[in-house]
Order: sequence, then C-alpha cells, then structure tokens
Amino acid sequence: MKPENSMSVEFPSRSANEALARAVVACFAAQLDPTLDELGDIKTAVSEAVTNCIVHAYRDTIGPITIRCRVLPDNVLDILVKDKGCGIADVAAARKPMFTTGGEERSGMGFTIMESFMTSLRVTSRPGKGTSVHMKRRIVRRGQAD
Amino acid sequence: MNLTSFLQEKQLTIALRGEIDHHSARDILRVVSNKIDLYLPLACVLDFREVTFMDSSGIAIVISTLRKMRELSGRLMLRDVPPQPMKVLRASGMEQIVEIEERSVSV
Repeated sequence: MKPENSMSVEFPSRSANEALARAVVACFAAQLDPTLDELGDIKTAVSEAVTNCIVHAYRDTIGPITIRCRVLPDNVLDILVKDKGCGIADVAAARKPMFTTGGEERSGMGFTIMESFMTSLRVTSRPGKGTSVHMKRRIVRRGQAD
Repeated sequence: MNLTSFLQEKQLTIALRGEIDHHSARDILRVVSNKIDLYLPLACVLDFREVTFMDSSGIAIVISTLRKMRELSGRLMLRDVPPQPMKVLRASGMEQIVEIEERSVSV
C-alpha cells in the first residue's frame, strides 16, 4: 500500500514532549479532515503510546522516540510509535486492562484506550531492543455527495 | 501548579484545567491530595470544565482521589466533563465507580 503522504519526527523521551507528540500528529491528521471527536481519539492514543515509552521503555534513562505517520488509501491514518528501550517481555499481559508496572501514578489503561480509540493496534516488542506500537484509524469522509 | 478550589459546607471543589497527561498528572495528584488532607471534606468535586485534554493519566488521578475520599467516608463527583475526557473515563469503566456529570450541551 503506497502512502499518499508521510512524515516522521524524533524526540527524546522527556515527559514535556508528550504534548508535542500529540500536537504534531494532530497537525498531520488535519489533512484527512477529521472531526473534533476523531482528532481527540487520535491525540489520546498517541499520548498513551508516547507515555509508555517515557514511563516504561526508558524507565531510568532518556532515549529516542520516533513517530512515523502516513496517510494510506481509503482515508486511513497510520501511526507508528517506536522506541529503542527495554522492551516488553509479555505483550499479551501488558495489553490487559489495569495491568501496570508504573505504580499509583499509572492506571494500566493505556493499551485498552489505544485499542478502543483506534481501528487497529499491533504491538511488537523485543526485550532489550525496543517496542513498536502500530495503530491505524480510518477517518470518515465528510461533506461529499454520495 | 495552582488549582483554584473552594470549600463550602464540607464540600471541596477543585477546578482542574489545561491538558492532563503523564507530564502534568504528578503535580495535579499532589495538589489535589494536599487539599483533601488539609480540608478533610465530606465531598470532593473535581470540576473538568477547563480541561482541554485528558489521557489515562487522568484515570490514575480519579482513582487515587476516590481512594482518599473513601478513607474519609466521603464522596467524589466529577463535574462538567467535556466530551474528550468523558470518552476516556467511559473506556476505563469509571462510570461504574464514580459519579460523573457530563458537560451540558451548550446551545
């Protein structure tokens, strides 16, 4: 599937960059003419993915986070959030609601929210190598005569 | 962080604002927790009117505040919640454990 447009951005895993990540992806998504509701879903999912990198992948260190966004045919926004952190030993367990190793400050709802707000979610991880979170969201076309 | 709050007849209302994410949550959690410890309210209202974004970090704040209020045998209410934070609260099942009042639709 040949992307119609794409961009990528890399930044260090500082929590102040969570807002930056949401804003960058929201700006890129704007070309698909999403509703406020769709944009809110996308920003929330990106926020969860990036927070995971900051809190878990690079727990006691700062490392690079890459976000790649593409527009795929049929009005699909494709988002890849990638880190080179510690990785997840058991992805299936990590995706379960309320599962967290982050203590009282974390709710364990990150993956659950990404799953329910996006059309698809794929998580691949290798312990010691890093994690990739690949999400897709189809944006409903509006204002077109049928 | 400064959060506006007021106490009336043992009900503590705290106005949250801006973007609630992992970056801002630690401060918010600390401020809310300190205010509850200081005033020992029978009811706590978290007002979401000025919240422009919230991710699951907000859920941790709600759960932690709920726990604190239960220790005081008090209630927690979320007031005037805009659509985006509401969706996150719903997806996390918070409606089952805390009183939530959605933002009324403005005409």
